[in-house]
Amino acid sequence: MTYVIKPRAYHPNLPKNELGLTRRDYEGAVSTLCAGCGHDSISAGIIQACFELNLPAHRIAKLSGIGCSSKTPTYFLGKSHGFNSVHGRMPSVLTGANMANRDLVYIGVSGDGDSASIGLGQFAHIMRRGVNMTYIVENNGVYGLTKGQFSATADTGSKSKKGVENFDASIDLAAMAIQLGASFVARSFSGDKEQLVPLLKAAIKHQGAAFIDILSPCVTFNNHKGSTKSYDYIREHNATVVKADFIPHKEEITTRYDAGSVQEVTLHDGSYIRLKKLDDNFDTSNRAAALQYIQEHQEKGEIVTGLLHLNPESTDLHQNLSTCDKPLNELHEEELCPGEEVLALINKSMR
Amino acid sequence: MKPTDTTSPNYYHKVVDCQWACPAHTPVPEYIRLIAAGRYTDAYMINWKSNVFPGILGRVCDRPCEPACRRGRVEKEPVAICRLKRVAADYKTDIVDRLPAIPAEKNGKRVALIGAGPASLTVARDLAPLGYELVVIDKETAGGGMMRTQIPSFRLPESVLDEEISYILNMGVEARFGVTVESMKTLVDDTSFDAIFVGTGAPRGRDLNIPGRHEADRHINIGIEWLESVSFGHTESIEERVVVLGGGNTAMDCCRTARRLGGKDVKVVVRSPFADMKASPWEKEDAIREDIPIIDNHVPKEFIHDNGKLTAILFEKVEAHYDEKGRRSLIPTGEPLVKIDCDRVLIAVGQENAFPWVEKDIGIDFDEYNMPIVDTTTFQSTLPKVFFGGDAAFGPKNIITAVAHGHEAALSIDLFCQAQDVNQRPAQNIHLSSQKMGIHDWSYDSQISEDLRFAVPHVEKQKALENASLEVELGFDEQLAFQEAQRCLNCDVQTVFSEPKCIECDACVDICPTDCINFFHLDEDKALRTQLRVPAKDDTQDVLLSDTLPTGKVMAKDEDVCLHCGLCAERCPTGAWDMQKFVIDLPVAGERG
Repeated sequence: MTYVIKPRAYHPNLPKNELGLTRRDYEGAVSTLCAGCGHDSISAGIIQACFELNLPAHRIAKLSGIGCSSKTPTYFLGKSHGFNSVHGRMPSVLTGANMANRDLVYIGVSGDGDSASIGLGQFAHIMRRGVNMTYIVENNGVYGLTKGQFSATADTGSKSKKGVENFDASIDLAAMAIQLGASFVARSFSGDKEQLVPLLKAAIKHQGAAFIDILSPCVTFNNHKGSTKSYDYIREHNATVVKADFIPHKEEITTRYDAGSVQEVTLHDGSYIRLKKLDDNFDTSNRAAALQYIQEHQEKGEIVTGLLHLNPESTDLHQNLSTCDKPLNELHEEELCPGEEVLALINKSMR
Repeated sequence: MKPTDTTSPNYYHKVVDCQWACPAHTPVPEYIRLIAAGRYTDAYMINWKSNVFPGILGRVCDRPCEPACRRGRVEKEPVAICRLKRVAADYKTDIVDRLPAIPAEKNGKRVALIGAGPASLTVARDLAPLGYELVVIDKETAGGGMMRTQIPSFRLPESVLDEEISYILNMGVEARFGVTVESMKTLVDDTSFDAIFVGTGAPRGRDLNIPGRHEADRHINIGIEWLESVSFGHTESIEERVVVLGGGNTAMDCCRTARRLGGKDVKVVVRSPFADMKASPWEKEDAIREDIPIIDNHVPKEFIHDNGKLTAILFEKVEAHYDEKGRRSLIPTGEPLVKIDCDRVLIAVGQENAFPWVEKDIGIDFDEYNMPIVDTTTFQSTLPKVFFGGDAAFGPKNIITAVAHGHEAALSIDLFCQAQDVNQRPAQNIHLSSQKMGIHDWSYDSQISEDLRFAVPHVEKQKALENASLEVELGFDEQLAFQEAQRCLNCDVQTVFSEPKCIECDACVDICPTDCINFFHLDEDKALRTQLRVPAKDDTQDVLLSDTLPTGKVMAKDEDVCLHCGLCAERCPTGAWDMQKFVIDLPVAGERG
């Protein structure tokens, strides 16, 4: 844990975004996680993504459960709304917040313990409901806060720091999210911000349930030989399938790509997500194919990263429930209680 | 691109901007830390070793360190390095027992030092502990040279001068004061001197030959001559209306001295724009604070007099124009001439060297500007036994430069007297030592102070103007000194990177408050500086480039605005970054190459 306060001084030539803010303005408190923790890189990625998207920090809500990963919202977006909920219960708190105020940007931060063990049920239901949010799992395969036991995402055959082998089958949260109906599903690596930041931007801009499984090495308990979630192992076994980037609508295409390898998916507000395929045979809109692809590569010992599934025609919970455009928390008495005459009309229609 | 060679003594030295900028390379952060720790005497001795006159320089140094200070690049103002030096001098205890021992038995070599200014005194300080017999000759009745004659005592009290000069004269140095050297030949021919050092400064004030100069001579003085006569008590008053011509520090000293000797309406008139004036910004501020207007862009044209009684000066108004190379020309605006009434003029438009006492046929060669030909490293003239230093060597600079010259000249004189090659300079040695004390514990105060520069308290203006020898600046008290010292970024505690330990986790990149650290795939066809997250635009600041790492990326760190906060090292899981204190041993007289 670092005790010194991060100096406020920043590089005089640090770029500013459209709001006149620097990347530093999106930071939170200094991390108290172990030095070198992948989670800190993810926090830096979220900071960079929100900076590049010109998001006002006070229009973002970050929600988390319990665990190393769930501590991280303290370390980014210091000026946003935050809720550190009960273990594994972030999804229901996020759903509630989203129902009450649909206008905020929701970032749910969870870990492999919080989402794949105690919170697996909550994870499943928020995905199938299509809550408009970016759900991030900072996945290190161990319970770091309790000194490194295998978590439910630890791969079969991987070894603990002490050399004990894991015999249990592992849960692939990304595959589950695809199956459960999430409309944006990706996997990334904390040690590769060039891939991560564009994915985060696209996920935040996606209207619907966006899920990113981010492999995030635990330097203290899971960065040794025999681990399948160490910096070295992930780098050696990473197979990127589709790179995704968010492109604001006003931006011109400046780079030429080989035909067929680039696909642009237009979002509801006219902006779009640009997909760069590294495997021409892969189709991001086909859920079954994506699942098969992940499975096949897993059997070869490869970790498929990048954008795995995107359903541009997705709807979110508010659309499904036909809620009003105005956030529910802004409705006043006259809107919620339209009076006796309206009630009489409603009653009459029931007769 | 090749990785940076950090074993070269200059690489890390340059990162310590203040130390690098100081002609004498005083280890500034080291003594500032000692001041913060209340170890004033230790801080003083570090200064004394490298710059010889900490109390004097802590008041009147030109401070090349401060514009260089990294703090000035990440915040508005540099650390008040100069005034912290004074703190060390003000609060130290007796240092006599810390001075080097002077051998009772001499080494049989005798050196004449002409002029008793900072350059000669430095030579004496460096050579006396080696057993040299030293003879300092000066035309004034006391040592110090221009530090005594040209700097008014309200900026530099006599007691401070006397103290620091006496440390040197008390080393068994023979002082021949009140003696003017009339002939260099006599000295050169005197075989009792094995070497001669000339530290006579730039003693001649430039004159201004415009109409009326000769006729009104009784009411016109050359600035440095006038200051000298004030300093020795020959001049005790001045007329009420005074114009000082010139824009350097001498002009500032003249106008402020004039205010104290009875000048009520004192003006400084300068040819150049205010911003281009040679005077240090703080000296201009001090003059303005004493109700002295500075009128810029006015070129003196004529002294108007009434039968030799000066009444006014005529000025032509000009405008500065700069060509594409930044060269300035002053173009008249065409407006009518401006008349400024006055009773006395002090001319402070520059100084020149003068060597009328050096015969031209004794082997000391002079160039077309009548300056001696002096080697810029060894300070040796074309006559091997004669060395020059300070303003006498390369024209007017400042005290700290004279001290730096003195050190190098002393080294050469020692080599010369011991029949060694003066060009065989001893090497600079560097040391790096880890400052890590524990997981989150460093032996230096890594927390960055967010305080802005503290101002040095001054005496009340009226009091200061009534007493010409009352020091205007009171100096920092211990509390302020501590707070100001805490503003130092400890740039000598270096960020040292070790490739084999790096696992490329990005922790350092994420934590760095000033975005100095970059990991990326280097494009050999593009300039390194343009490939950083925040491009490194300041070419005077180096970029530390690592070897290629396992992923094929490189690490590049822009040294420019690194705060030396140590967060990269603190957040590094493997110790690939370490904070290591850099110490450089600069060769001193007595060492061999």
